[in-house]
Amino acid sequence: MQIVNQALRPVPSWSMYLLGLVPLSWLVLRGVMGQLGVDPVRTVEHDLGLRALQWICFGLAISPLRWLTGINLLKFRRAVGLVAFFYAVLHLSAWLFLDIQLHWGQIWGDILRRPYITLGMLALLMMLPLALTSNTWSIRRLGKRWQKLHRLVYVAGAAAAVHFLLVGKVWVGEALIYVGIVAILLIIRRVHSQRRASPAAK
Amino acid sequence: QNLSTSETANTLEEITNYNNYYEFGLDKGDPAKYAGQLTIDPWAVQIDGLVDRPGSYDLADVMRMGPVEERIYRFRCVEAWSMVIPWNGIQLSHILNKVGVQPSARYVAFETLLRPEEMPGQRQGFLDWPYREGLRLDEAMNPLTLMATGLYGESMPKQNGAPIRLVVPWKYGFKSIKSIVRISLTADQPPATWNLTNPREYGFYANVNPEVSHPRWSQATERRIGGGLFNSRQDTVMFNGYGDQVASLYAGQDLKRDF
Repeated sequence: MQIVNQALRPVPSWSMYLLGLVPLSWLVLRGVMGQLGVDPVRTVEHDLGLRALQWICFGLAISPLRWLTGINLLKFRRAVGLVAFFYAVLHLSAWLFLDIQLHWGQIWGDILRRPYITLGMLALLMMLPLALTSNTWSIRRLGKRWQKLHRLVYVAGAAAAVHFLLVGKVWVGEALIYVGIVAILLIIRRVHSQRRASPAAK
Repeated sequence: QNLSTSETANTLEEITNYNNYYEFGLDKGDPAKYAGQLTIDPWAVQIDGLVDRPGSYDLADVMRMGPVEERIYRFRCVEAWSMVIPWNGIQLSHILNKVGVQPSARYVAFETLLRPEEMPGQRQGFLDWPYREGLRLDEAMNPLTLMATGLYGESMPKQNGAPIRLVVPWKYGFKSIKSIVRISLTADQPPATWNLTNPREYGFYANVNPEVSHPRWSQATERRIGGGLFNSRQDTVMFNGYGDQVASLYAGQDLKRDF
């Protein structure tokens, strides 16, 4: 694992932002080539949402990966989180502008009454303060409170995964896999923090 | 009476690559990918229950029970998207009149083929297979109700429910059951797959109704497939715009309760 960490040492953390743009570029390219299928609105909306969830999972996996394998990706964590937020905002924009097309009556009704949209909105709203306080100044300024605040990502991740699950007419397939991934990543954290808390483990 | 809409029909490409046919998978592209393996010849339709001449009718015999007509219908999915589809088919009323409906019959039940070896979705238990649907007899006898056997003048593509499927244009698409192997005339309301799976979300009637929201989304507007990325949403019309033909069927009925 030291080899991996050594190889990663010269890689600048901003390279993660470039990696983050790859799925978007691919989507735009498919659009330009007319490869978004019969219902491009649905394809774009779904793809952006899925990317947001994937990057949330990536962010949630960074610490467990270090505990379990020793691979240290901590320096990329801010970028990973911001890329996830970026895709979540694009996903919301696709819904607002391309799908629901600013029918505000329907939008408020959907947000308040449809549990899956409520959950999706909550997930995004929870990510907003995290994105705003992702700068070094906020980390210094908030100190211990920063850590506490950023635990919101666990709730946001779970809400996003359940949001995906509830969109479908039947609960199978892809969405269940993501619910499983988020659940496992959160359980690993729970177990890890309990071990650290109990003196017997030392 | 011309029952076809003059709206521009969706392309064959759109109609055959955007399907909800869970027997072949959950993705809208799955039916186009996997329906090819379905054997549709020979095909027989069992017509039974409260009819004078029950039996197993070969597809060719069913096709002779009435004239094959072209009907260009709007198609509104419960998921709030819609298309315009040029079907070819026989009015269900002609078929029912040929087999003789007994006076005690009040409903018509339909069943899709059950063949898990050719229908991969049926190997998973997310729905109670085979897919079943039903209509009230007066709905089934309405001139709009079609047993479709083709699209754009060609025989029905497999992903669209070959060789014979129901089309009920004033109801959400899931009522229009595909690849039918059985039609039964019954006295009682027959089971319907989505209604059984989630009665809160899918009613037996499932008439297109902008006033009655699906619990998870509004039905007030819809996206017409085919307009590209910046296509505008349009208002959903009561009975999918077929109110002149069908509103009288529901006179005195509370469609908010019987959704």
